Amino acid sequence: MSAGFAIRRGGDRDAMFRRRRRAAVLRGMLVALCVLYLAVLLLAPLAGVVWQALRPGWRVLGDTFTRSDVVHAFTLTAVIALITVAVTTAFGVVVAWVLVRQRFRGRAFLNALVDLPFALSPVTVGLACVLLFGRGGWFHDFFAARGIQIIFALPSMVLVTIFISVPFTIREVQPVLEEIGVEEEDAARTLGASVMQTFLRVTLPNIRRGLLYGIALSAARAIGEIGAVLVVSGLIQGRTETATLYIYRAMEERQTASAYVVALTLAGVSVLILAAIEWVKRKRTREDEA
Amino acid sequence: MSELIRVENLTKRFGDFEAVRDVTFTAEAGSITALLGPSGSGKSTVLRMIAGLETPTRGRIWLGQEEQTHTSVQERRVGFVFQHYALFRHLTVWQNVMFGLAVRRMSKRERRARVEELLELVQLGPFRDRYPDQLSGGQRQRVALARALAPRPNVLLLDEPFGALDARVRQDLRRWLDNLHRELGVTSLLVTHDQDEALELANRLVVMREGRIEQVGTPNEIYNEPATPFVAGFVGSANVLHGHVIDGHMEFGEHRVPIANDLADGIDARAFVRPHDVRVRAGGSGGGSGTARATVERIVTLGWLSRVVLRLGDGQAIVAELPSDELCDVGLGDVVAVDVRRALAFRASDVGRLAEFASVES
Repeated sequence: MSAGFAIRRGGDRDAMFRRRRRAAVLRGMLVALCVLYLAVLLLAPLAGVVWQALRPGWRVLGDTFTRSDVVHAFTLTAVIALITVAVTTAFGVVVAWVLVRQRFRGRAFLNALVDLPFALSPVTVGLACVLLFGRGGWFHDFFAARGIQIIFALPSMVLVTIFISVPFTIREVQPVLEEIGVEEEDAARTLGASVMQTFLRVTLPNIRRGLLYGIALSAARAIGEIGAVLVVSGLIQGRTETATLYIYRAMEERQTASAYVVALTLAGVSVLILAAIEWVKRKRTREDEA
Repeated sequence: MSELIRVENLTKRFGDFEAVRDVTFTAEAGSITALLGPSGSGKSTVLRMIAGLETPTRGRIWLGQEEQTHTSVQERRVGFVFQHYALFRHLTVWQNVMFGLAVRRMSKRERRARVEELLELVQLGPFRDRYPDQLSGGQRQRVALARALAPRPNVLLLDEPFGALDARVRQDLRRWLDNLHRELGVTSLLVTHDQDEALELANRLVVMREGRIEQVGTPNEIYNEPATPFVAGFVGSANVLHGHVIDGHMEFGEHRVPIANDLADGIDARAFVRPHDVRVRAGGSGGGSGTARATVERIVTLGWLSRVVLRLGDGQAIVAELPSDELCDVGLGDVVAVDVRRALAFRASDVGRLAEFASVES
């Protein structure tokens, strides 16, 4: 029906050219809008950070990175990110596998629940953590009796960061598992491979692209997290201060130069992770084409 | 050495749905047995239970002398070939064939020799470093076969192995598999919905429908002495004609054809007539008691073979297949003599809606 319509309308050549020109103009405007959007929202702030960080001159870099609280903040961020990535990777693969390969009552509910951390405000997550592990919380006495500090210490910071980052790996691995199906795994078993051998030799190599992608996203999220960590950390300088929290404090204390340098470094790490994701993606499409 | 496969009262339920019901048969050692049936007849489920990929709800499975109903997939030592190859996409041809040997701890030299031997057997030596997505469908299935055979399985299970291939490749591969089987003599169970494939490859056929066995027999028995109207319609094509049984004969239109089965007089019946059992002669005269007159409605020439659609005196259509050169003096609209050589009769109530499925005319 639409074809017949086009043929009738297409009889009028001038009208057709006018329409095409209009379409081209519209397309150009849309592209311009996208570029403008990216420039205003992404590139301008990034450029601003670079400019602000380096305005006092290059020596500000040396000054910042020799400060013990800055070094500690980066170390803490790295530790939290590493633990988070390790846990979300292992947990993510297991949950994705269960959601894809197992059929059980409540599967759809569990599947929906995975996205909860995306929907919740990180501050809420932090508050919930304080409620559970803080003074008067359900689990406070259990850990306090054993001399383990959760709130205002590394454990709670890791806990909230893991909670917030966990959906990435699951959501990246799930569709890949879905797509590869069970036939290769079945084949491996008939060839005598144990469950573990099947996982390591067949399943894991097949999901590795999605897994890497999930790892990169979790890492980026863990490094940039501030809201939840802010609530549970207690802001103890030199002890529970991550890189993002350092920026927050430095701004308060009007040490803008070092705040911008740390921000620039974090931005640099994010760009590197983004580049890594792009590289993985490219490689993935190339392999699909082959 | 190759082993027999035996299943007894095998039943599989998925929730409320009974996919396989009381299936019992034996596949003799060294033979090819085909499980033949339309999709959804439960044949693949039977195969997967024998492999240990599904757990039976009831029933028992033997591979050789040992009962294997409750053993794991890995212990059963079956070779399994999947319809969609299921090759490991991240491994080369060589690594794919090696897989079953690598997980079984053999000496390195032994493994290599075995992989060489199998690649030789499936004629894929030059392709050893290719990945599955760099191979054609036929080549992939040969790799899958080599991979399944490498660990020297007790039995070979093939699940619609040629289902995803072009008609031409399918024929070549079928012949090739036939030769391979003669050479190796490994007990094989072939699941297929393709009757030609089953008739050509198998020594014995197990025809299944809706989870049950309809008939077990040699290709000859299944084709010439089908036990049920379903088998008669599913294996080979057949005309289904309405008529009555009178005095050990099937009567339809002016035809009166002797039947083998024992049906009571006067009962409403359906005659199954193979198209090649219908003779056509120009000129509407002559012939015996089985002869009647019919009008030629359509002629389709398929090379040496021609298919003729005829309208009988009582209004029923019947399709005949005969060599094209026997048809030279028959044209559209002619009245010809039709002679039915053989018919199988089934009670009309047993045939039911299957008649539509079985009929060649459509």
